[in-house]
Amino acid sequence: MKTLYIEDLEKIRKSAQAALLLREQSDSDNSDESCGLACGTPHLQLLCCGGTGCKASNSHKIVENLQKVIEDNGIADKVEVVTTGCFGFCEKGPIVKVIPDNTFYTQVTPEDAEEIVKSHIIGGKRVERLLYVDPKTDKHVSDSKHMDFYRKQLRIALRNCGLIDPENIEDYIARDGYMALANALTKQTPEEVIDIMKKSGLRGRGGAGFPTGMKWGFARTYQAEKKYVVCNADEGDPGAFMDRSIMEGDPHSVIEAMMICGYCIGSNNGLIYIRAEYPLAVHRLRVAIKQARELGLLGSNIFGTDFSFDIEIRYGAGAFVCGEETALIHSMEGKRGEPTLKPPFPAESGYMGYPTNVNNVETLANVPIILTKGADWFSSIGTEKSKGTKVFALAGKINNVGLIEVPMGTTLREIIYDIGGGVKNGKKFKAVQTGGPSGGLLTEKHLDTPIDYESLTAAGSMMGSGGMIVMDEDDCMVSVAKFYLEFTCEESCGKCTPCRIGNKRLLEILTRITEGKGTMEDLETLKSLGETIKDTALCGLGQTSPNPVLSSLNNFYDEYVEHVKKHICRAGQCKALLTYTISPEKCKGCGACKKNCPSDAIMGDVRKPHVINPYKCIRCGMCKSRCKFDAIQVF
Amino acid sequence: MAKEIKLACNVIEQVEAICDKHGNNPGELINILHEAQSLHGYLPEEMQRIIANKLGIPAQKVYGVVTFYSFFTMTPKGKHPISVCLGTACYVRGSERLLDEIKRVLNIEVGETTPDGKFSLDCLRCVGACGLAPVVMIGEKVYGRLQISEVRKILDEVAAND
Amino acid sequence: MEEKKIQLTIDRHVVEVNPDMTLLEAAKTIGIEIPTLCHIDLKGTCVQNKPASCRLCVVEVEGRRNLAPACATKCTPGMVVYTNSARVIRARKTIAELILSDHPNDCLTCPKCSNCELQRLVMRLNIREMPFNGGEQSVRKNELTVAIKRNMDKCIYCRRCESICNNVQSVGVLGAVRRGFNTTIAPTFDKMFTDTNCTYCGQCVAVCPVGALTERDYTDQLMRDITDPDKVVVAQPAPAIRYALGEEFGMEPGTVVTGKLATALRDLGFDYVFDTDFGADLTIMEEGAEILSRLQRHLDGDKTVKLPIMTSCCPAWVNFYEHEFPDLLDYPSSAKSPGQMFGAIAKTYWAEKMGIPREKLVVVSIMPCLAKKFECARDEFKVDGNPDVDYSISTRELARLIKRANIRFEQLPDSDFDSPLGESTGAGAIFAASGGVMEAALRTVYEVHTGKTLPHINFEQVRGLEEGIREATIDLNGFELKVCVAHTLSNARKIMDRLRAGKLDYHVVEVMACPGGCIGGAGQPYHHGNIEILKARQRAVYQEDEGKKLRKSHENPDIQKLYAEFLGKPMSEKAHHLLHTSYHDKSIH
Repeated sequence: MKTLYIEDLEKIRKSAQAALLLREQSDSDNSDESCGLACGTPHLQLLCCGGTGCKASNSHKIVENLQKVIEDNGIADKVEVVTTGCFGFCEKGPIVKVIPDNTFYTQVTPEDAEEIVKSHIIGGKRVERLLYVDPKTDKHVSDSKHMDFYRKQLRIALRNCGLIDPENIEDYIARDGYMALANALTKQTPEEVIDIMKKSGLRGRGGAGFPTGMKWGFARTYQAEKKYVVCNADEGDPGAFMDRSIMEGDPHSVIEAMMICGYCIGSNNGLIYIRAEYPLAVHRLRVAIKQARELGLLGSNIFGTDFSFDIEIRYGAGAFVCGEETALIHSMEGKRGEPTLKPPFPAESGYMGYPTNVNNVETLANVPIILTKGADWFSSIGTEKSKGTKVFALAGKINNVGLIEVPMGTTLREIIYDIGGGVKNGKKFKAVQTGGPSGGLLTEKHLDTPIDYESLTAAGSMMGSGGMIVMDEDDCMVSVAKFYLEFTCEESCGKCTPCRIGNKRLLEILTRITEGKGTMEDLETLKSLGETIKDTALCGLGQTSPNPVLSSLNNFYDEYVEHVKKHICRAGQCKALLTYTISPEKCKGCGACKKNCPSDAIMGDVRKPHVINPYKCIRCGMCKSRCKFDAIQVF
Repeated sequence: MAKEIKLACNVIEQVEAICDKHGNNPGELINILHEAQSLHGYLPEEMQRIIANKLGIPAQKVYGVVTFYSFFTMTPKGKHPISVCLGTACYVRGSERLLDEIKRVLNIEVGETTPDGKFSLDCLRCVGACGLAPVVMIGEKVYGRLQISEVRKILDEVAAND
Repeated sequence: MEEKKIQLTIDRHVVEVNPDMTLLEAAKTIGIEIPTLCHIDLKGTCVQNKPASCRLCVVEVEGRRNLAPACATKCTPGMVVYTNSARVIRARKTIAELILSDHPNDCLTCPKCSNCELQRLVMRLNIREMPFNGGEQSVRKNELTVAIKRNMDKCIYCRRCESICNNVQSVGVLGAVRRGFNTTIAPTFDKMFTDTNCTYCGQCVAVCPVGALTERDYTDQLMRDITDPDKVVVAQPAPAIRYALGEEFGMEPGTVVTGKLATALRDLGFDYVFDTDFGADLTIMEEGAEILSRLQRHLDGDKTVKLPIMTSCCPAWVNFYEHEFPDLLDYPSSAKSPGQMFGAIAKTYWAEKMGIPREKLVVVSIMPCLAKKFECARDEFKVDGNPDVDYSISTRELARLIKRANIRFEQLPDSDFDSPLGESTGAGAIFAASGGVMEAALRTVYEVHTGKTLPHINFEQVRGLEEGIREATIDLNGFELKVCVAHTLSNARKIMDRLRAGKLDYHVVEVMACPGGCIGGAGQPYHHGNIEILKARQRAVYQEDEGKKLRKSHENPDIQKLYAEFLGKPMSEKAHHLLHTSYHDKSIH
């Protein structure tokens, strides 16, 4: 195996930079002029999102079609199609971006390829109908820089997503990739690097927010013949997909960071524990590892030093609890993913009993750029105790679903209303859930809180891995709490009593309440049992599992009381509390409801008002969805 | 009574080869199970015993692992496995009602397979296509922004394309 | 090296302890007994389960966000701990209530009633209501085998049985399956014990804190037989019974109750009260002869002779090698266990002498063991379907019978066993402890082989409780006899793996499946994790031996008479037919 020296890396960077420069410059240019071969643009690039979301909408077909049209028109030497990682704006995917004029096409279909190439690439004329329409002004916006979705974002962990080809290591190197590693190995001691990490203030992005530099420092102090660097890519929070996007869009940043960590703690072995449900991310990581090995970046005597490192991939198999680091380690050892008590911490005794450092994907993605730009640069971003940025997966009842990255300290209001474009369909904002099953429900009154680890915890939620689900007036808070409890009960490993039985009992009480069978005493029990579970459960999953219940009780107590005392679900979600009736004034007797009723609960003659038999009605809502005259009423 | 289905010789050989490839290392159990399941579609008892023997661990340990992780299954899936995403984003956009409708149309519960073996129904947590919520996967294909009213049509189409 | 002590405060008391101590242990040093449930630690042995999962031992530590499990939290200097604050009590109570909400409510009729650790805990926590009630699990299975009763509805997921079955016995039959609320502790593929590698060692029963795993009870059948006028019922209590039975009646652990035992058995209505110790002496005669014969062949240069010869008294160990080492079945001695030898002799030699027809004679063994129940039912030990030993009851079952019969055991006068199958030597007595069979065999083998009287009758090297494998070399007229004693099946597995790999150079190996040998058997009064109880029983074993007039099996006059009148000599054709057995491949593929 040949050795790659720092000078060789420089050479690759220089030669690869041209193509990337075009993309980087277009991102900073502010020209409204569209480009095209007809306008004299010598060289164009088409960036097409190849993330899981856009691929589900056939983005790979778009790439194929674009390439075919380009070849058919004989312009392949002037126009390049690049599959990139996620742009983040999933709501409007699939996305195709044109370089150098930075045109941002949304919701592109494979059939649009021909028009994009002929009208825009060749003719220099943008395809207006594919441009984003600003909902506030109703005007087309051609450039992502002018979209509210991107304006308040600061992309550090996602710096390369949507910009580089994740399957081309040279793209990454052109963006200073592996330079931080090269510098660390050749010019810095492990202690110096750990010191930079400590000064930067970077904290774990997987949930608990433990300072990364300190974690590395601990792992370094333990002496052993072997040590392990583990990347936790078992993103289990339903509704969070930032780690997946980073691995799909910028896998080398994770690899480089693992190597830096290995150098710091004195480990030569890297393991990536990844969900088997992420085939694309696995593929991209495999390609990246292979390319890094081929270049001599992974292997022995890296950059001519005595540091060696290699990475293996281990699969998860569908267990949320394996996000907990001791459970993850047991899973990698081929065992049931049951957490064990800390201490001993993995830094002392982890994988196969060896000192092990576990970091999450997003945490790692921050590492190389911190070394490149310095601890001061990073710590200048964010709040006093939470530095840098955080990626959130914004979803739910929001206009702009997608992956966003904002500086710590950004308020929920900025995220939901400016970046997210507000609540969908003009409905009223009710709550936002952060932190997934471990987090809580925040309300209107929390909207102006600057987000960081401490403020979210103080508000009864937590940072978690960064899921952020917006809910509107149609969402029932009891049902949402029940939804999370169902998840926890299903995902609990079953080892400790409070989590195994306690959460089950919480869920049973919530179910009773949603069925109108709850009592006021139940509300007391929810609170006291929830607090005991938090106080006594063995691992992080159990200790945080009652958060959705406790925070919703705290913030939406009235709604619970309504369920219990008045048997009303104001959001109309709790089926057992609903009554479906047909307004005789509005009903035209068309029979659509009767025909579609799965339980034969609707009676009535043609052209005469129909009625619903409440005993047969299963409250599925089918009639309401089928009625063209808005005659079905739900109370 | 569970029927004793004997594995074909070549399947046994292939599973043993998978174990050998991983050095018969018990630490590789989960990777081995992944490969064995993708080879055979599911992990019957006999296959777990073969793996346990190769790795030199009690079959109980293999069984404990198989039943712990939701990705592994001991029953054959339908020809078209349906997975309804019950991730939070899909949930708040109505995936539970979609699930109810699929159960009603196919007349099976979650975890079951239709008697003709065409469809099996499962839930999963987040395929990561939250922009398309609610999402249902049938085989490898992702159906996004699915409406209750479209369910029957799509299932009929899939069944008809066999 | 003396470790530096650290100071901490527990419930306002300042404590000085070693820094490697847990809060649970530290509290114990000043008489604070924090309740536990999943935790068990038979100190010094491998019998341990420390998952910190029941959470009943939680305590409040100043400066800590949540409560800490005392069983697994190490002491640190300056720690301020509260084991009984309102917060702790509330949490502890809630957890116990949660466990109760997933546990049947049939304490009064539960076999574990009054011996149940959950029951004691609930009493201590003064729980008078059941605030939680909800669905119970449906996937749990129950089973009644010849030896063990499984009632998994009562399981509280302490996972002690799993630790024992895997880490101590290396059998790997029991373990957790599924997850969350649906977790169950189950045998492989949720099958019945009978379809697995289960050896019926019963150590899962010995550590189960509740009534999920108990012995199969034969006491009612025994009372039916005793009251049947057509039947002659004979008792044979195993060596280990007399060192432990007293505990059931509040006597100090380690009290030897041989005389009271004989009286109690008679009071219960047994027609004849003999002693398995007699069978033990007989075993030494046969097994000793087999050892000598294989050794002689070895000394004569016979390369085909199978060495080491392994003891075969322990029925769980027999099951273990039949299941897992079918390729090595010609290493263990073909000698039957003492109990089965006794049965075979009782139903032939003695029955003929007394003129009792076989079908009217009921031989009942009282054993510290649950695997013996399985052993009695083996086809090899039946004549035309009639077993040599009809069935076996455990020490605990005997105690229950005595209590039910209104007998004040601790006040009983002593009496002797009946003759002729009641006479025994110290060699038979020490069968109860790990290393005992070996020591008894060595006493006889030495004297028979060398023709000399033993200068020191005690072989201290093979005694012990804590080391899992012990070795010794004995000089037999210049020949160095290498012996090895192992207890628990995980240690046996180490020996067998070495044998299979051709790396074992012992001549004789003793294996007992239970920790400490039969004194730690699964049928004994529950030790509840207290190693001192096993130590006391072990001391009693050697004390009994020391007090015996005869301490070598071949000196037992009734044994000598048996050979003279009936068997001829050890390993004679008749002896072979009655006192030896064969083993079968029972591996599961």
